[in-house]
Amino acid sequence: MKNTVKQIVEKYGNDKTRLMDILIDTQETFGFIGQEAVELLAHQLGMSQVDVNQTISFYHFFSTKPRGEYAIYLNDSAVAHMFGRQAVKEAFEKEVGIKFGEVTADGKIGLFNTACIGMNDQEPAAIINNKVFTRLTPYRVREIIKHIREGRKVEGLINESFGDGKNQLPSLRAMVSSNIRRKGMILSDDYVYGSVTRDILPKMSPEAVIAEIKHSHIRGRGGAGFPTGLKWEFCRRAKGEKHFVLCNADEGEPGTFKDRVILTEKPELVFEGMTIAGYAIGSDEGVLYLRYEYRYMKEYLEQVLAKMRAENQLGKNIGGIEGFDFDIRIQFGAGAYVCGEESALIESLEGKRGEPRDKPPFPVEKGYLNQPTIINNVETFATAVRIVQNGGEWFTQFGTEDSTGTKILSISGDCMFPGVYEVNWGFNVADMLNMVGAYDVQGVQVGGPSGTLIGPDEFHRTLGYSDLSTGGSMIIFGRQRNLLKDVVLNFMEFFIEESCGSCSTCRNMTQVMTNKLKKILNGKGVAKDLDDLKQWGKVLQASRCGLGQTAGNPIISSLKNFAPLYDALIQKDKDFDEGFDLVASVQNSCKYVGRVPNFNHH
Amino acid sequence: MSNLIKFKIDGVECMTERGKFIVEAALENGIFIPTLCNMPGVKPKGSCRICTVKINGRLMTSCTTPVADGMEIESNSAEINELRKSIVELLFVSGNHFCPACEKSGNCELQALGYYYQMMVPRYPYEFPLREVDASSPHIIKDQNRCILCKRCIKTIKDEEGKSFFAFHDRGHRLEVVLDKEMGSQMSEALAEEAMKNCPVGSILKKEKGFNQAIGSRKFDKKAIGSDVKL
Amino acid sequence: MSKPIIATTSLAGCFGCHMSILDIDERILQLIELVEFNKSPVDDIKTFTKPVDIGIIEGGCCNSENVEVLKSFRKNCKILISLGECAIMGGLPALRNGIPIEECLHEAYINGPTVQLNKTGIMPNDDELPMLLDRVYPCHEIVKIDYFLPGCPPRADLIWDALVALITGDPMKLPYEVIKFD
Repeated sequence: MKNTVKQIVEKYGNDKTRLMDILIDTQETFGFIGQEAVELLAHQLGMSQVDVNQTISFYHFFSTKPRGEYAIYLNDSAVAHMFGRQAVKEAFEKEVGIKFGEVTADGKIGLFNTACIGMNDQEPAAIINNKVFTRLTPYRVREIIKHIREGRKVEGLINESFGDGKNQLPSLRAMVSSNIRRKGMILSDDYVYGSVTRDILPKMSPEAVIAEIKHSHIRGRGGAGFPTGLKWEFCRRAKGEKHFVLCNADEGEPGTFKDRVILTEKPELVFEGMTIAGYAIGSDEGVLYLRYEYRYMKEYLEQVLAKMRAENQLGKNIGGIEGFDFDIRIQFGAGAYVCGEESALIESLEGKRGEPRDKPPFPVEKGYLNQPTIINNVETFATAVRIVQNGGEWFTQFGTEDSTGTKILSISGDCMFPGVYEVNWGFNVADMLNMVGAYDVQGVQVGGPSGTLIGPDEFHRTLGYSDLSTGGSMIIFGRQRNLLKDVVLNFMEFFIEESCGSCSTCRNMTQVMTNKLKKILNGKGVAKDLDDLKQWGKVLQASRCGLGQTAGNPIISSLKNFAPLYDALIQKDKDFDEGFDLVASVQNSCKYVGRVPNFNHH
Repeated sequence: MSNLIKFKIDGVECMTERGKFIVEAALENGIFIPTLCNMPGVKPKGSCRICTVKINGRLMTSCTTPVADGMEIESNSAEINELRKSIVELLFVSGNHFCPACEKSGNCELQALGYYYQMMVPRYPYEFPLREVDASSPHIIKDQNRCILCKRCIKTIKDEEGKSFFAFHDRGHRLEVVLDKEMGSQMSEALAEEAMKNCPVGSILKKEKGFNQAIGSRKFDKKAIGSDVKL
Repeated sequence: MSKPIIATTSLAGCFGCHMSILDIDERILQLIELVEFNKSPVDDIKTFTKPVDIGIIEGGCCNSENVEVLKSFRKNCKILISLGECAIMGGLPALRNGIPIEECLHEAYINGPTVQLNKTGIMPNDDELPMLLDRVYPCHEIVKIDYFLPGCPPRADLIWDALVALITGDPMKLPYEVIKFD
């Protein structure tokens, strides 16, 4: 083990900031990162063991204990539950003979829950040894477990009828479907990749590129909506030894999967966008930060990068521009929603826990390795290529005045045709529901759990930065769903699990609010509880990052838009009930001492 | 050119040098903004959120935000005080803060803030989490019941090579500050003393030391936290 | 006008808060002028004999009897005060919270260092005994509490100031020195 660990650390130049790669390699080599490995890593890197452990313990997919030769991670998102997760879970437990959270005695199979893996349009889905298995049913579970027991390798578990589009390429060969339902400028096939870098960039100065991006009025597609052109301009002006281009592909907002589709179908467009950004801000290094759930795309994306290098789309003097060097590497995360926050992503990229940074300073001034850095979403980079190709003015004809261009939506839940839809900004919710075949809709979660849950009286609202802002996640809930129990509670538990814990507010208030929600769901709620939730939720506004500030939104927005659901659960005859239950609270002690509870004689 | 800039806290004209964080600049001007995770001279990491102020309608932590020229800061307002009190209460209910049995009582900054905001009872239900006490090191005790995860020990207690004795473990609601077993076993008495001193609550204790000040003579028995801040 | 009526009780507490009530020293003579005591260990009245204005609770709830007494106080008193850390947050008895009750009982009656004569492992299970709760509950998690006076024990001056304010209807002043959690 000693030599192997040493080799891994040396592969990354004994560099502490590459700890994520070092840990991923260690985990994939040994199946887990045990105490011995931690000691060796700490020694080799000159860190204390607790310091190594603090990064390991932050990420869901790192483990200090064996997780089984076949580690099965079953998605636990609300939509997975809507499409039969319970039956699939029970089938796994029955077939494997253990509960979730356990590993079989022979160390062969481990069962684990995991947060949304970006397959909401094809749930229930699971990740087994970095391969994704979608549309699971109890029958399919039996088959998979049988094949595992027969000793098949993970590739052998993929059945004959797998994915669509580029998911069928030998280099990808994933069970995943891209489900592209509507194409616009990004997903269309009329752009020949590389033509901007080859034909247009050599004729433009970096400043001119930024001017076009600014003129297009494009705003960040990740959800926060910062003007992209300004970001690039600030970064270009910032002084540093080196500038960096980071692509945020940590798509962790439950219900979002469009970045997965863009990276599957149009990876060259994304990489070309990063290259253009590199030219604009004066950077020679780009990093694609990809969530570990998409590890199955590793070989495929690396082949794409290799091909682009061979074609001089990456490398030195790109497009014949003297001195324009740019290359891209892929950095994987290891399971942490908060790393989608740009400064947390940078921390993770530096080998640390993904705790958001205090701002200012912003990444454009001090980002990755304290150097000026831009971070943009996958979709933003892809869009940038079309803007530079056709000009900023051309771009503004799409969408609305304050939300120009197109938006790729990830639509899932109760509808006929879940998948990816590229639409012009300004689309309204009612049209969207008609487009995807959603009938008898109770509510739509716009922008994922951190966004807003709206009901039918708000379906006239439009998608855009000034009305319903969204990173693209749209989850539809039909009339038959129990919104509070099956959706709001699931989302709150997601936030509890995914809080980095750094801020006292987000670390604790999510739990406090969820406890109260559970109390209401258990029929112990009183009217005061609803007021408390509204008041208490405000405390989250004092959190450092967007995750923390929005972590109460499932409750806050459902209280606002679905008040009757709460009112129906509230006890009308009581104004005080803190949930104390005398009968339940004496049960264990009576049983242990051997007496029958008696409430009559005091 | 003068390096002095003007700003306002709750309408009071203040002055400081460019580059100072709000919390320091406020102190210079005789204004107390409560803090827990902040330590003078140590790189801040706004994690306790107690020092939150409002600037241009946005909540910001004053330990991490540098003062800008002409900045108008809202600090001692009903809204902000209510927020800070809420945070103090959250910290109380999320751990096991049994003040009567705590060695740090009377000198504890969390408790002092409870007094400062007249917390008679937290508005949130107590969680009573089950937490460990690590007494394996020869010189210190790390009591997880009382830890408020402020990171002060993580940032300040290091060996000659800069390696940390303390670090975070896990995340979210399960987050803990843990002591490195190996390094903890070799920790000097002087460093143990400093770790205890830097801990704002009673989570890090030097062994064989405690209750050495009589009730009534402790730091916050008679004087509120921040009451010594003067212009 | 008749005097306001006060009742007090100690649940899972140590009677330290009651001691602190007595610690108001000579002011106790004034107090007797101001109020009448009903059910309370102070006068040893065991049951409520009339409606009470102010009920003072020491201690949290660790067993079924505590719960019943607390509920009877809520029923018979207009105003309830949680007095001291145990009533407010469980206090030292709540150190057992989080530990399974089975483990607590085993430690107390079988495994503890002071257990010597329980070779057969008998557990107290007489039907007359109060039943232990799974954890110690602060009073306000069981019934509505109107005022909280912290301290272990609460300072006598705090108790005096608060009581006088409640009786006279004046606002509570509560200087810094009297609000303490230990």
